[in-house]
Amino acid sequence: MRYLPALAATAFALALWQAVVTLTGLPRFILPGPVPVAEAWWQNRAVIAEHTMITAIEVLIGLALGSMLGFVTAIQLATSRVARVLVQPMLVFTQALPVFALAPILTLWLGYGLWSKIAMAVLIIYFPVTSSFFDGLMRTPRGFLDLAQTMQAKKRAILWHIRVPAALPSLASGLRLAAVYAPIGAVIGEWVGASKGLGYLMLLANGRAKTDLMFAAMLTLGVFSVLLHLAVRLATKRMAGERR
Amino acid sequence: MTPAPGITLEGRATIDGDLLFAPLTLSMAAGKWTCLLGGSGVGKSTVLRLIAGLATGAEFDGRIAATDGAEVIPRVGYMAQDDLLLPWATVTQNVALGARLRGERPDEARLSGLLERVRLADHADKKPDELSGGQRQRVALARTLMEDKPIILLDEPFSALDARTRADMQDLAVELLAGRTVLLVTHDPGEAARLGHSIVVMTQMGLTDCAPPAQKPPRRVDDLETLATQGALLRLLREEAA
Repeated sequence: MRYLPALAATAFALALWQAVVTLTGLPRFILPGPVPVAEAWWQNRAVIAEHTMITAIEVLIGLALGSMLGFVTAIQLATSRVARVLVQPMLVFTQALPVFALAPILTLWLGYGLWSKIAMAVLIIYFPVTSSFFDGLMRTPRGFLDLAQTMQAKKRAILWHIRVPAALPSLASGLRLAAVYAPIGAVIGEWVGASKGLGYLMLLANGRAKTDLMFAAMLTLGVFSVLLHLAVRLATKRMAGERR
Repeated sequence: MTPAPGITLEGRATIDGDLLFAPLTLSMAAGKWTCLLGGSGVGKSTVLRLIAGLATGAEFDGRIAATDGAEVIPRVGYMAQDDLLLPWATVTQNVALGARLRGERPDEARLSGLLERVRLADHADKKPDELSGGQRQRVALARTLMEDKPIILLDEPFSALDARTRADMQDLAVELLAGRTVLLVTHDPGEAARLGHSIVVMTQMGLTDCAPPAQKPPRRVDDLETLATQGALLRLLREEAA
């Protein structure tokens, strides 16, 4: 019953897709319908699975590293005024740069393999994780801090016993965003230079006018991202203070 | 607990050059309840926060001293209108918060004894959102007692409770805080009349001492003299506002 709305939405989207294909009569290499895409997916399932594995590894490592990096940065920013003055403008500046532009140089620095894609995913999620957790750390309820002050609390103890736990819901929303962004980062990395991964497969299929395979790979990436987002959502449920 | 000292606050406070309260002198007798009664915005919470050493946003020009000459701020326990329970921590962890924040080991025996005294022993492992408003304020009271400070500052801690729970909480607080120097800031004339060994009304004009009823606090809610005092206090507040 809980999944009914999601199923209905999927069915509606598929019907709409088919309707567009039927009504416009576009050729298969421009816009394939759901059926040819499903066929292409089934025929190439082994290849798709192999490339999905690669992308998944890049995304998961990128997610873990980026989250850790964001966590540490936010703590540093929240505890040091000097860090805030020096690092915060830079953080915004790096976020303002289009990461796409950095992809080629990352490939040059880190090579053709996994690490340039992982770096890309890290770059793209670093800012949302850092900034939401940092905001949470700076919004500790005033009363908690007053109380701690009258208890002669140590600064470090206030951070770990009050500020960090109070900011976990904000960290959770940052991580949930990161789960959606990380696959985009990895795929951008694969576009620029790779021999494996869903991004590479899409590019390859496109170049050979195998539009149905391109769609199959893209939808696989979409489904993977949705599942990742759900998993992170579930994992951060306690953190966000939600009840089961 | 070290012996409770009396406290005197003398001075004036300004916010960006505007007077928040004119020069005044507030004296709190050692080991007694002083009720500071006033409407909102007269600066009564500022007085309490100054004694606690908390940020007020106001500039204070004067002095705060204890009768024994020792420092005031490290000897202060604080309770606010919001119970300030950490929502992610259990009742036990909340009561032991002070020790944890100072990196000390909480005294387990004292802790369970205190939970017993505020009748929350059965709720020790619950989270604050599983408790009622009155139970939550009792946890806050236990947390304050756990700190074992001789000076207790109460910033309208009972004002969000329903009438019955509030009266119960007042009785319990008087019982458990006996012997400490207590400053209760409140806007409720009934509360001041029930609890104050001395009652001070704070208005724009300054402080006015009011005679407390003869009965010992906590006074009976239907004690006629207490009710008369409540009426007199309310009249005073209304006159000043007019």
